[in-house]
Order: sequence, then structure tokens, then C-alpha cells
Amino acid sequence: MIEVESISKSYGATRAVQDVSFRVERGEVLGFLGPNGAGKSTTMRILTCYLPPDSGTASIAGFDIYTHSIEVRRKIGYLPENNPLYLDMGVLEYLRFVARMRSMSSASQKTKIDQVIDICGLESIVAKDVGELSKGFRQRLGLAQALIHDPEVLVLDEPTIGLDPHQIIEIRNLIKSIGREKTVILSSHILPEVSATCDRVLIINKGRIVGSGTPQELASLSHGGRTILVSVRGPREDISTEFSKMDRFTEVKHLEENGGINRFELRTDAQEDVSEDVFWMVSRSGWSLTELYRKSINLEDVFLDLTTREVS
Amino acid sequence: MRNIIHIFWKEFRSFFSSPVAYIFIISFLLVTTWLFFRTFFLMNQSSLRAFFSFLPWVFLFLAPAITMRSWAEEKKLGTIEMLMTLPVRDYEIVLGKFLSGFVFLVVALCLTFPLPVTVIALGYPDPGPIWGGYLGSFLLGGAYLSVGLFASSLTENQIVAFILAIVICFVLLIVGENFVLLNMPNTLVSVFSYLGLGAHFESIGRGVIDSRDIVYYLSVIGFFLYLNQLSIESRKWK
Repeated sequence: MIEVESISKSYGATRAVQDVSFRVERGEVLGFLGPNGAGKSTTMRILTCYLPPDSGTASIAGFDIYTHSIEVRRKIGYLPENNPLYLDMGVLEYLRFVARMRSMSSASQKTKIDQVIDICGLESIVAKDVGELSKGFRQRLGLAQALIHDPEVLVLDEPTIGLDPHQIIEIRNLIKSIGREKTVILSSHILPEVSATCDRVLIINKGRIVGSGTPQELASLSHGGRTILVSVRGPREDISTEFSKMDRFTEVKHLEENGGINRFELRTDAQEDVSEDVFWMVSRSGWSLTELYRKSINLEDVFLDLTTREVS
Repeated sequence: MRNIIHIFWKEFRSFFSSPVAYIFIISFLLVTTWLFFRTFFLMNQSSLRAFFSFLPWVFLFLAPAITMRSWAEEKKLGTIEMLMTLPVRDYEIVLGKFLSGFVFLVVALCLTFPLPVTVIALGYPDPGPIWGGYLGSFLLGGAYLSVGLFASSLTENQIVAFILAIVICFVLLIVGENFVLLNMPNTLVSVFSYLGLGAHFESIGRGVIDSRDIVYYLSVIGFFLYLNQLSIESRKWK
């Protein structure tokens, strides 16, 4: 559905996007994840024909973004960054304007507008001016505007930014239900958001793709193995040497001592579970174990790991 | 074509969504009517010549005021990104925006009808200069608007757009005036007198409709609308 081949884009000396390639299949929800200024919005602007790439090509549903830009724009519903809206228009007036610009017949305009008002929950505010709306309703109006022509591809730049947790859940569910039939690209710098809504994630940093896969695949990508947190009542030095003697850990770090209880962080490369061994070692030595916790690797660690690694 | 109409309506309505349009029209009518009647009874001539002689100077401030928002605000709000990613060609947006300003100006100008009515009621004016004067005003206004639209596309600050438009219009207006031409080398005089907005306005205002004057105004309008399109496309230049 969407094919992007090694696109690059610079603003002056800043390289916003460098050699980015990816594919999105029909019906897939793809998430762009990356810190602010990573090049997510620029990539989206290129796909929506707002900016052309300096080099590389991209096509949507078989139409090239440069040579067939009008066809591409017809296929896409776009929610730009910061959701710009005409503040002096009425809500209905705005939706009608977009519907007209999408060259919809007046009959289908009416049914479609009613439909998006229903989907996005805008019934209570149709009579208002856009400028009077709260942030949450503005965001929903932006989404309604992107959905109005039933596009095959939805491009949403930070769709849940600035919303309260309740609204975020609503918008996420909305995106999920839309994503069953449509191809969706969304960007975010918030992790749970992407893992909650996307089938596949691209992690972008400094204009490059640094990781890609399903949220689960990415979680296993993280290097550094497992981490175990242990608290033991006993003498600090002895415990530390015993852990080292076990010869299973790449790193033994003392974290804190609190009322005779010493807390350690142990890192291991071993694939099998070593927490039982830790338990037996402690109990054999006659100390008591007060905490044994295996840190699970989540997308957050992968993200931090991939985006803080120096890009050469 | 239909896109042009949709853009036209969106822009035209936005004039009236705030009180600016009404203030604009009322102040325009007050100023022009007062300036006209200030000398009308003294001169004791039943013609609109006085009216058409100061109109270019009133328009010099009013036309940029109409157009200053049109791109600057889109840029400031970011709505330009929404607009330009709709399936619409750049020139359709430019034309739609221009036409909305033009129709607004035409409406304002048509509301000055009490002046010719008064003149006709009080005497027997030559109708040629009145029709010519109005035609010239439409064309001159259109030229000012196309300059203003171009100026607005260069910045996201409305005040900058306003002042820039006044400066460009002012230069275009005076370049054909006699005191400018006197200081020109002889070879350039004919060029500059042709380029000036004012001379053509006076020529049409005499009631003699010369196709050269009309072609001149249409080319000025076309030229600045083309520049406008280039400047909004410039975000695409590598």
C-alpha cells in the first residue's frame, strides 16, 4: 500500500530524514516512534505531498508522490502535527469545506458528515465555532476531517498529544477500529501508545530508522540480557563475593543498604532463568532473602537503548 | 474549477466572520464620501473626477488590508499544511483567494453608488468618465490585491504583509508620475511611464477604454499571482 524507498530530506544544514525506507501493507497500523525532532513529521509531510524529498521516492497505492500528487492526496486522510484548524469557522462549516474540497457530491457529503460526527463523538459541539472548542474536541475534529472521504490511508501525526488519559483511550480505540479496514501510519513519542495501537513499529532517531518490528520483536531486540534485583539480609562484602563466585553474572552492582538489608542489581547474559540459583545460594549461606525480582524488558528499554546509542 | 469556487467561498466568508469586513466597508465609504463632498460643491462641476483622483491613494491602504491575512494567517495557524495536502492545485488556491478579495473590493466600490447618483441628480455629467472610472478602479484594485496577496505569501506576520504590500503598490503607483520621470534617463522614460499603475488609471478614467490599458492591468495581476504561486511552491524547492 505504501512504499518508501530511501528518502532523504534536509532543512539547510539539518538532515531531518536520512535514507529512510519502509513498506506498509494494506490494513496495517504502523507506528513511528522517536524522540522529538527525530524526523517523524518530516517523513509524514513527504508522504502527504506537503514537502518533496531531496532524494528517494515514495508511492501510495501505486501512485508516485511527486508525479501523481493529486491522486495520492485523494487517497490520504491527514492529521498534521499540532492539528491546525480554521478557528473562525463553525464545526459544520469546516467539515463541509473539507468535504467539498474532497469533491464529494452534496448527497454523500451529508451522510458522510453525519457519519464522522457520530464516529468521533462531535454531536454536542456541531453548533459551535472551532475556536471555542476544547483541546480534546479539536483533536477529534481533526480526526473527523481526516476521515471524511473514507480514505484508504490515514496519516496521523501525534493524534493523542495534549489529551487527558480518558480521551487518549477513546482516540486509541477509535484508531484501532479504523485500523481494521484502513492502512494507518501514526507517530508518537509516547511508548505505551504505540504498543497499544500498532501492529508494527519503526523507531526513528536523528532521521534514521534504528529499529523495526512488532512491539514483541522489538522487545527481544534489546541487548544487555536480563536484570535481577535482589535484597538480602547479611554482610555486604560477603554477599557480593558470593554472587561473583556464582560466575553467572556479567555485573554485580550494590545499590543500597537499608537496615542491614543489602540491595543488588545483577546482570546476566544467560537465556535460562537464574533466579532459583540465587535463592539457593542465599539460603545455603544462611542469609535471608527479602526481595527477588526479575526485570522484564519492555519497549521502553528498547527505545531508550536504540535512541540513545550514538548514530555514526 | 470547482475547487476555486470552494476556496473562494471559504475566503469570502472569513471576511465576514469577524467585524473587520464591516468596519472596512463603513470606513471606506465614510472616507471616500467625505473626501468627495469636501470639494464637490466648491468646484461646482457635476463630475466624479475628484473621487477617482484620490481613489488610488485610498486603495493603497485598503487593498493590502484585505489581503494581508490571506496567506500570513494560514502560515501562522499552520492550516496551510492542511490546505495544501488536500487534492487541490496550488494555482486554484491562489485564484480562489484572489477572487474573494476582488469580489469584496467590487462590493465595497459598488456601495459608493450614491456618489454618481448625486452627481447625476444635480447636473448632466458625461457618463463616459464615470463608467471608465469605475472600470479603472476595479482593475487598479485587482492589481493592488494581487500585489497584496503576493506580499502576504512571503511572511506569517500580517503587519509585515500589510506594509510590504503598501510599499510595492506605492512604488508601482508613482513610477509613472511626472516628477519621477523627469529624473530618469530619456531611454527609460517610456518604459517607466508604461509601468506606472497611475497613468493607465487616468487614461481609462477619461472614458476612453483602450485595450492596452486593460492588457496592462491584466498582466500586472497575472504577474503577481504567478509570483504568489512561486512563493507558496518555494517550500518545495530543494
